[in-house]
Amino acid sequence: MNLTLQVWRQENATKEGRFVTYKADDISPDMSFLEMLDLVNERLIKAGERPIEFESDCREGICGSCGCVINGQAHGPLRGVTTCQLHMRSFKDGDTIVIEPFRAKAFPIIKDLVVDRGSFDRIIQSGGYVTVKTGPQPDGNATPIGKDVADKAMDAAACIGCGACVAACPNASAALFTSAKVAHMSYLPQGQVEAHKRVVNMIARHDAEGFGNCTNIGECHAACPKEISIQHIAIMKKEYICAAANYEPEIQRSEGAI
Amino acid sequence: MSTLNSKVPSGDLKNKWDSHKANLKLVNPNNKRKHTVIVVGTGLAGASAAASLAELGYNVLNFCVQDSARRAHSIAAQGGINASKNYPNDGDSVWRLFYDTIKGGDFRAREANVYRLAQVSANIIDQCVAQGVPFAREYGGALANRSFGGAQLSRTFYARGQTGQQLLLGAYQALMKNTSTGKVKMFSRREMLDLVLVDGKARGIIARNLVTGQLEKYAADAVCIATGGYGRVYFLSTNAFNSNATAAWRCYKRGAYFANPCYVQIHPTCIPVSGHYQSKLTLMSESLRNDGRVWVPKRKEDTKKDPNTIAESERYYYLEERYPSFGNLVPRDVASRNAKDVCDQGLGVGASGQAVYLDFRDAIRRDSEKVIREKYGNLFDMYKQITGEDPYKVPMKIYPAVHYTMGGLWVDYNLMTTIPGLYALGESNFSDHGANRLGASALMQGLADGYFVIPYTIGDYIASEKFKPVTTDSPEFFEAEKNVRANINKLMDVGSRGKKTVIEFYKELGQLTWDKVGMSRNAEGLKFAINRYQELREDFWSNLKLTGTSEEYNKYLELAGRVADFLELGELMARDALHREESCGGHFREESQTAEGEAKRNDKDFCYVAAWEYKGANQEPSLHKEDLSFENVKLSERSYK
Repeated sequence: MNLTLQVWRQENATKEGRFVTYKADDISPDMSFLEMLDLVNERLIKAGERPIEFESDCREGICGSCGCVINGQAHGPLRGVTTCQLHMRSFKDGDTIVIEPFRAKAFPIIKDLVVDRGSFDRIIQSGGYVTVKTGPQPDGNATPIGKDVADKAMDAAACIGCGACVAACPNASAALFTSAKVAHMSYLPQGQVEAHKRVVNMIARHDAEGFGNCTNIGECHAACPKEISIQHIAIMKKEYICAAANYEPEIQRSEGAI
Repeated sequence: MSTLNSKVPSGDLKNKWDSHKANLKLVNPNNKRKHTVIVVGTGLAGASAAASLAELGYNVLNFCVQDSARRAHSIAAQGGINASKNYPNDGDSVWRLFYDTIKGGDFRAREANVYRLAQVSANIIDQCVAQGVPFAREYGGALANRSFGGAQLSRTFYARGQTGQQLLLGAYQALMKNTSTGKVKMFSRREMLDLVLVDGKARGIIARNLVTGQLEKYAADAVCIATGGYGRVYFLSTNAFNSNATAAWRCYKRGAYFANPCYVQIHPTCIPVSGHYQSKLTLMSESLRNDGRVWVPKRKEDTKKDPNTIAESERYYYLEERYPSFGNLVPRDVASRNAKDVCDQGLGVGASGQAVYLDFRDAIRRDSEKVIREKYGNLFDMYKQITGEDPYKVPMKIYPAVHYTMGGLWVDYNLMTTIPGLYALGESNFSDHGANRLGASALMQGLADGYFVIPYTIGDYIASEKFKPVTTDSPEFFEAEKNVRANINKLMDVGSRGKKTVIEFYKELGQLTWDKVGMSRNAEGLKFAINRYQELREDFWSNLKLTGTSEEYNKYLELAGRVADFLELGELMARDALHREESCGGHFREESQTAEGEAKRNDKDFCYVAAWEYKGANQEPSLHKEDLSFENVKLSERSYK
């Protein structure tokens, strides 16, 4: 296959970026999208040019490192697939492919397609855990958890933290990411003790990071490579309504509510 | 050659860990906050150690090369985690888990470490449940178990096919909680490039900020390496793109011994290589072997046929025939070697002939497609995504690939390396899996080291030592920084003139290691490889091509530093493999096999840990031995027939 790429190149967070056009010839349909970029980079390096910087690690769709907007869609045209699991057989010979970073105020660009998603870590820091010390704990079977409940918790916990939901959302909201953790914890008995504190603080942190509000558009659900359901946002809102009356956030809220 | 002191406590095997804990010195709670510990790596071992040490009161500086601690490669572990809970009432016990692990490791692991691992395994499950890890459950609400590669018991706990992800997120969340209180300072996008020794003790590291390219110095009272294994020396492996051995290797060059580098696990169930452009291999969890049947056609002329048209009588279920009692569940090394064997006989399938079938037809007939989908849905989807074939309809094609390295930094019973104050945890050490790791034991070991071993043993060191105040202004830090800077400058300098890209060198290195230090090794090939590594290094340091600068985000410069280290590590692997004139576990020497072609151990001459000491650039390393004594188990031939 012979392709034309239009790739966002940006030297660092402060410099202005621009699209640069590259030819990507002799591409095998069995290559992954990132392997195609690897090959383009090999050719750029050979020509003495700077390669396109992009992030990837596991290359099997679970670490959440990779991700770019491909022809306007976060992680590209297929549903339920990360950029690393997208293969060139999804494109046609002669196609032009536009490749951009995940854009959001809360994801500053580091270089080319690499963005800083530290805001996600800070959302988890604000309450996305069960406070439990390392040490002897009650037996794992001491509290029964129904299979249906464990399965629902797992559906939410499957989030890989890639940021596609933010990139896809016209409001650049991280509601799906935040709700996946809130919902995971809300299903489980272990998550109950800190439920109010958790949801209030995580939403406050979400807003303070500069993510936008959720207005039920649903692009996040469509873009999510793990197909995390938008229902989790509803669960988070329910949790929030119950909690907000009882609990003041521990960090300063920015304007607006989720 | 000297003998190493493993510091295994005396007394009955069953009481060693308890009596050791009772004798370890304690650090006063008010004093813990005066001590700083560096933890490098945020996988299961690193994240669990960092979180647990912070909870005890130590100040923890935690580093990772990824953009977030949550991305470490533990996240990709699929199948599960072992624990001797005996919930299914099928006869499991600490002893059985211990014995299976020792035997599975082909009697090349330290008894006391493995017993401790089996003892704390049950605590790990309880800890993770308390953190909210959504393990699979039965309808009544109890934890579900399954049997997993090489075990005749159902002792494996799992969270769909994403167990590593869920355990890692549990540890990551504990870590983030301690980050929010400031007890852990998290440094992501940092790569450790040197260890700093002061008075012979580990007192800090030099790290490169991967965004700015700046070198940074960090001082501490102890350093824990939890940076995983060195499987990426093969270029193609199931390890992540950023997985590397650089931190461990730089420790080796500062005097930490490197043990058993030739013990590498080749995982039997991976998606076969499809082309030269391939950047990594993808594992299909071996839990699939519980329901899938492995076969190849009996006749060479059938290897290109549609597998669904091959009659039952024309299929060679080679594992079931050769190993009737374990069948498709033989341990990984046995399964891998047999796959290679049938492919070498010309019975391999797929375009390359380097693949065997893993077939779910019978399981789907027996249990229904729905049941199989519930168990393995995400794995089947992943397979389809990569290969374009639907495994519900056509058998999967699989082939072995490098997956895990049992060798690593030598550690004593306290997980301390030969450098005082330098610890190695998880896959980065050599300690618990001998010459072959059993399925679902990597997660167990990583979390055992981080949650339940290091929090005890590090206190003993900190309480016993007098720490002179050290800051990053001390001359040792400047020396180490200078050393790192010189190395980077040399890479950039060569890189501005050379012609070959890092990836070209990397692929050559990987192919050489796979061919000569892979699934099957012989003296001639290993000697060839030792020479070839040296030639490749010379070529690398005179002909490498890089672009950009070292003062910016530069992925290919990072990679070049790692490849330079792998070019040295590969040679050490070959040397270790050459000296070990026996077959054991993942190390198969063609010169040492039984009449039936099975691995033949030599307990008389090789029942020891080989720990290598760095002697300088292009000098032969020197060998130190830790004799393995088995007081509680009888060494037997590892038979799965």
